[in-house]
Amino acid sequence: MPNNVIEIRHVSRHFGPVHAVNGVSLDILEGETLGLIGHNGAGKSTLFKMMLGLIPPSSGSIRIHGTPVHGSAFRELRRAIGYLPENLAFYDNLTGLETLQFFASLKGCDRNSCPVLLKKVGLGHAGHRRVDGYSKGMRQRLGFAQALLGSPRILFLDEPTNGLDPEGIREFYQMLNELNQTGVTVVITSHILSEIQERVQRLAVMKSGKLHALGTVQELREGVNLPLTIRLRLQCTPQALKEALNGAAVESLDTQDDTTVIRCQRMHKMELLRRINTLGESVDDIVVREPSLEDVFLGYAG
Amino acid sequence: MIEFTQIKVIAAKEFRDRIRNRWVIAVAAIFTLFALAITYFGAAQQGEVGFRNIEFTIASLVSLVIYLIPLIALILGYDAIVGERERGSLDLLLSMPITRMELLLGKFAGLSLALASSTLVGFGLVGLLLARQTDSTALYHYAGFMLSAILLGMVFLSLAVMVSVIAKDRARASGAAIAVWFLFVLVYDLALLGVLVLSGGTFGEALFPVLLMLNPADIFRLLNIFNMEDLKNFYGLATVFPASLSNPWLLGSMMVGWIVAPLALAQWRFK
Repeated sequence: MPNNVIEIRHVSRHFGPVHAVNGVSLDILEGETLGLIGHNGAGKSTLFKMMLGLIPPSSGSIRIHGTPVHGSAFRELRRAIGYLPENLAFYDNLTGLETLQFFASLKGCDRNSCPVLLKKVGLGHAGHRRVDGYSKGMRQRLGFAQALLGSPRILFLDEPTNGLDPEGIREFYQMLNELNQTGVTVVITSHILSEIQERVQRLAVMKSGKLHALGTVQELREGVNLPLTIRLRLQCTPQALKEALNGAAVESLDTQDDTTVIRCQRMHKMELLRRINTLGESVDDIVVREPSLEDVFLGYAG
Repeated sequence: MIEFTQIKVIAAKEFRDRIRNRWVIAVAAIFTLFALAITYFGAAQQGEVGFRNIEFTIASLVSLVIYLIPLIALILGYDAIVGERERGSLDLLLSMPITRMELLLGKFAGLSLALASSTLVGFGLVGLLLARQTDSTALYHYAGFMLSAILLGMVFLSLAVMVSVIAKDRARASGAAIAVWFLFVLVYDLALLGVLVLSGGTFGEALFPVLLMLNPADIFRLLNIFNMEDLKNFYGLATVFPASLSNPWLLGSMMVGWIVAPLALAQWRFK
């Protein structure tokens, strides 16, 4: 059983009358990748900042490896934490390499590791160029290199693929996967849900400052109980299909041209497929689609 | 526990930035030009051109520096923290193993070093010219003038850093910085003078020197003028300011107090 790396207990944070985070309790396990999702303003960034000790909670407590994130002892832990903020801003007058060296000095890690790290994130060629000439994607890569300084054991990544092209996104998740295999704990937010659903072990859904749901993608899917869709291309008439499905638990059935879309609950899926199978050669094509993470997310947070 | 390495890293970056964007050299050049102009043309109104008594040269330079250095220091430091916040780089900085106090002190130290370098180079060059024509006592006074100018710069940098912590955005910070300049450099003395005149000179004889001490610009003036006999009489200051308070160490300590207090307030407000 993995240990808890981050323990969040009854944490609330309000800014005046606004409850940005409201009574959140959450354990993040060693070596896991946890996705934190929610609408804009759901409280993700505030929770992130509280986990990093950037703002104190109004009530409740957050501990990382048993150490409160507020207090002098947390300084040492920060050396083992990497953070990639959502709105990344660097110093335009510095080169990529100088930027990395500056943060390496602050983190107390070897400045000689910086060129290697730049190469790792695909900026080996641009290290001596000033950051004001960097594209959004290049800045994001530099931000990721910065987060990796000092080989952190915990990574906080706020919208890490912002501004990256598809190749960059693929490379990023490849690196994340490698890190994950070495036991690094990752907390990640993304608004592109389809992108993170296969890359996280668990998801935490936030809504209006509260933790609305927590579990694996599969658990969340089952929890929200959304219908799945079966898309058919048929040679037979819609009437023949309706007869075959007669009495089965179908939520909806729509036909347009030669394509029919059936929505049903997961537990009725096999029953329906068996009945469709009775149509034999009249069925040209069949596609079963699980509810997407977007659907699940909207089910919880919508 | 303060980690001095962290202060050093921040200070080195701030200083290097100012060297690189030629801020240090540009401000040094401004100081040199003004100082040269004052040294050689300061007595033009009296129909003289050229080098005069060094005490009067210092007095003219003091009048210049009292306006210029606070302004430059405030411009240099007003966005130290609020600039980082507005740009979005503050969160990343604070996620590093650095405390807010170390960040503040690092910023302050780096900017102070930049301003002190400009002051030393700018006025030092003129000092070298003067050295050929004057004795060691006069040079001692000139060195004292440069040192006090550096302290004055640090006081207003400290105030600027405080403004940059408290202000919500850069626009407000720049407004507040200008207000600080007006208050200490223009309004304060005028108000004091007004009260003195209106009260027919009876207003708090004991209070007046204390009130002068509450303005770092006035302390700077006192530091430079009280140590030179000719000027002291010229300004008539000796009649209103007790000699017991004119000890340069006391005045210097007051300047240091003016450096520490705004920084302490900034640290307290930096949440």
